[in-house]
Amino acid sequence: MELMTPLFAILCPAIAAPLILLSRKHPNIREGWTLVASIAMFSIILSMAPTVLKEGPIECIFFQTLFPGVYFGFNVDAFGLIFALTASSLWILVSLYSIGYMRALKEHAQTRFFFFFCWAIFGAIGVALSANLLTFYVFFEILTVSTYPLVIHDQSPEALSAGHKYMAYLMTAGCFLLFGVMMTYYLTGTTDFTPGGISALGSASRVILIVLFFCFMLAFMKAAWMPFHSWLPTAMIAPTPVSALLHAVAVVKAGVFGIVRIVCYVYGVDLMHGLGLWLVLACIAGFTMIVGSFFAIAQDNLKRRLAYSTISQLSYIILGAALLAPNSPSGITGAMLHIPFHGYMKITLFMCAGAIMVATGKKNISEMAGIGKQMPVTMLAFSITAIGMCGIPPACGFISKIYLCFGAWALQPPYGIIFLSIILISSLLDVIYFFPIIYTAFFREPEGEGSGTGEVEIKEAPIFMVVPLSITAIFSIIFFIHPNAMFIFELVKTAVASLGL
Amino acid sequence: MGGWRPPWGIEYVVDSLNAFILIVILFLSLLVSIYSKRNVEHEIEEKKLVTFYTLFQLLITGLCGITVTGDLFNMYVLLEVCSLAAYALIAVAGGRALKASYNYLIMGSLGACFYLIGVGFLYSVTGTLNMGDMKLLLPPLYANRAVQAAFVFFIVGISIKAYVFPLHTWQPDAYTYAPSSVSALIASTMSKVMIYALIRLIYSVFTLDFILSYVGLDIVICWVAATAIIAGSIIAITQRNLKRMLAYSSIAQIGYILLGVGLSPLSVWGLFGAVAHILNHAIMKGCMFLAAGAFIHKAGLWDIRDFEGLGKKMPYASAAFTIAAISMIGIPPGAGFASKLFLILASLEASQYPFVAILLLSTLLNLVYFWRVIDRMYFVRHEEVETDGGEKEGGLPLSMIVPMLILAALCIIAGIFWLTELPLPLFYRILSDLGVSGGVTL
Repeated sequence: MELMTPLFAILCPAIAAPLILLSRKHPNIREGWTLVASIAMFSIILSMAPTVLKEGPIECIFFQTLFPGVYFGFNVDAFGLIFALTASSLWILVSLYSIGYMRALKEHAQTRFFFFFCWAIFGAIGVALSANLLTFYVFFEILTVSTYPLVIHDQSPEALSAGHKYMAYLMTAGCFLLFGVMMTYYLTGTTDFTPGGISALGSASRVILIVLFFCFMLAFMKAAWMPFHSWLPTAMIAPTPVSALLHAVAVVKAGVFGIVRIVCYVYGVDLMHGLGLWLVLACIAGFTMIVGSFFAIAQDNLKRRLAYSTISQLSYIILGAALLAPNSPSGITGAMLHIPFHGYMKITLFMCAGAIMVATGKKNISEMAGIGKQMPVTMLAFSITAIGMCGIPPACGFISKIYLCFGAWALQPPYGIIFLSIILISSLLDVIYFFPIIYTAFFREPEGEGSGTGEVEIKEAPIFMVVPLSITAIFSIIFFIHPNAMFIFELVKTAVASLGL
Repeated sequence: MGGWRPPWGIEYVVDSLNAFILIVILFLSLLVSIYSKRNVEHEIEEKKLVTFYTLFQLLITGLCGITVTGDLFNMYVLLEVCSLAAYALIAVAGGRALKASYNYLIMGSLGACFYLIGVGFLYSVTGTLNMGDMKLLLPPLYANRAVQAAFVFFIVGISIKAYVFPLHTWQPDAYTYAPSSVSALIASTMSKVMIYALIRLIYSVFTLDFILSYVGLDIVICWVAATAIIAGSIIAITQRNLKRMLAYSSIAQIGYILLGVGLSPLSVWGLFGAVAHILNHAIMKGCMFLAAGAFIHKAGLWDIRDFEGLGKKMPYASAAFTIAAISMIGIPPGAGFASKLFLILASLEASQYPFVAILLLSTLLNLVYFWRVIDRMYFVRHEEVETDGGEKEGGLPLSMIVPMLILAALCIIAGIFWLTELPLPLFYRILSDLGVSGGVTL
């Protein structure tokens, strides 16, 4: 079905960006544009969901390229819509949050911050909706470049060197992606994402296909799989809203999204199994899940611990894609569900970390003794989502993890047990690195100050920050009770069904 | 023309390829002329102004002449016309520019000599100077040593003029010390015209059959180009002077075009890449040199390390430079992205995988040296030094800003344009005009 709706969606941030630049003298109007654009974009994207569910993917061709058989445009299918919905709904909340954060800290260059934030979202939504690899590449690069000014926002020498590392990793990845895109085009004459895989790819030689697959994997360093993860903790030097939306949702999810696209929509089940690539992918994911969690345990800086947790959680999604098997849709269902669910939970955690920093100036976990009494709302949200992250109800992490477990269990005998135990061990490690934070916050007495009075003043972060993080925490619970909120569950079912397993 | 009898008459031929090149030259010349009005007043003494503009026009005449001529000897004459004009224009700034210009003079004359020897050889064998005649008369003579020698002389001669990598030594000095508008004009048009001459010689005089009958000739060109790409970029990374860095970057970018030419016998995308990059590089480099000129004009800055905070002081010039730099790196939707796509596809089709790796590596090297500048302009914190008076901060003259912004906008527009179907008719036309339609299909 052809509609222009996807174009309108992507235009929202593109129009808002110059307006933000123009109204740089009036902070209130400037932030107004961000909010208007984010709400408009979310409503447009949400309005596409029923259409996609009923009538199949929405096609939107901008122009034919001069490469025969390749057009530049969007093809909104159920899977793309899941990512788009996650990113755009969270953009509204993070915009609110960043207004509070930036103003509370009196940050410099706020116009630049909001300007590039718009472009980053532009890139992320473009990635989600793109119809083929070429379009995907274009938006992927826009996403990389536009996040650079956000990462180095602080402009200190450390921020700059972190930014350089960020660029070095992600641009190298971009080169591999470009090679992969052109190679796919050269081999098959098309770059369209096809549910179940591009069939013409099967006729290429095994060696080329395996090399190409590794190029794609390197291209998606954005997914922070080990050992190519170290840009992510480094990028945590960015302001917290950036870490929250981009390095928990938009950027890293774009990488994972790409991997799922490659596995399910370019290579397909048959090739993944025929070449044994699923096992390679599953091993990478398993390794990252376990090792990432160990790294997380070792961190004292809260944001860095969350970053390593992100690394480990992203690999759940990669593992789910790797578990794609002819007869079992559970693994990939779990992976697709984990994209929005992890997004909502992780963003809450990051926003809590930011709120703590704004309210008390504390960045390290060891300093946070007794902070649960000082900031009850924030820490309650933190606890709920942290528990969800470990896969314990009542937050939505439980649902996606249980699907992943089913997916692993469905494998043939030796692998089934191995990957099931990896998932369980990793969840256990999640518990190990999250519970000390909760324990410290609520049950440990703060040292020194206010000795013995027991009465701690409640000192929350600004309302602009507390409200968004409460909303995301509430949504994490809503997704558990009612996974079909925002059509997520139906979209996942449609997407999985279209793969023809 | 000129009253000569038919086989010798000077003929001007315009087909789709040189019409395209003409548009590029004339459009950039126009923008640079608008720009130079204010800039040159600043850089050159007033009594030299008349000479400057005369030479400027002469240079453009020469460039157009080379592009439209259908006669080998006439091409030589015009080559000298525009080279002489260029020597003088570079020297106009005085001081170190004199030495740079002298260097260029020697190297350029050598190149012209080589070219002339090539023409002589061909004339002695075929008795004609007209390209069309030559194309008809040459095929039986492909085995003739004189013809082969002539080809080598042509290639080397033009390579010197187009500063192909090992023969580039005159170029960085010349670009660095010339007045900015001259650097912009020469960088964006002159080298392109030289490459055009090369394409013209390869396709319209010697034809593809000649190239293909000597196995490996095209691959040699490719490797030379690849060396230029890598070496040019690496040397550019070591430079501190912005204009010098841009000069080395030009050497690398000429490598891109040459790579396209070298791949063109094996894949039509090679020729597309070369043609597209002629336009793209002209726009991007033109824009960057204009911006570099603006930095010197207003703030007297040429050292990259002094650029801190420039993004605030000169927002338009910095923005133009940034857009051009981003497209040069090959980040979509910039113009350089399209050329890169074409060239990668050409390398794949020709099964020359090393060049894919070289193109991608070059992207990263480009990133290193351009990003450094962008970082300095916008992001590196600097001490606010309030030594500059208020009036110096005042904006650039409009006649300097507008050409820069037009070129910057074109970087994006061209990038999108090359991706659409629109240029396909142009490409087909060029292919059929150059007579390579046979056997090559899309």
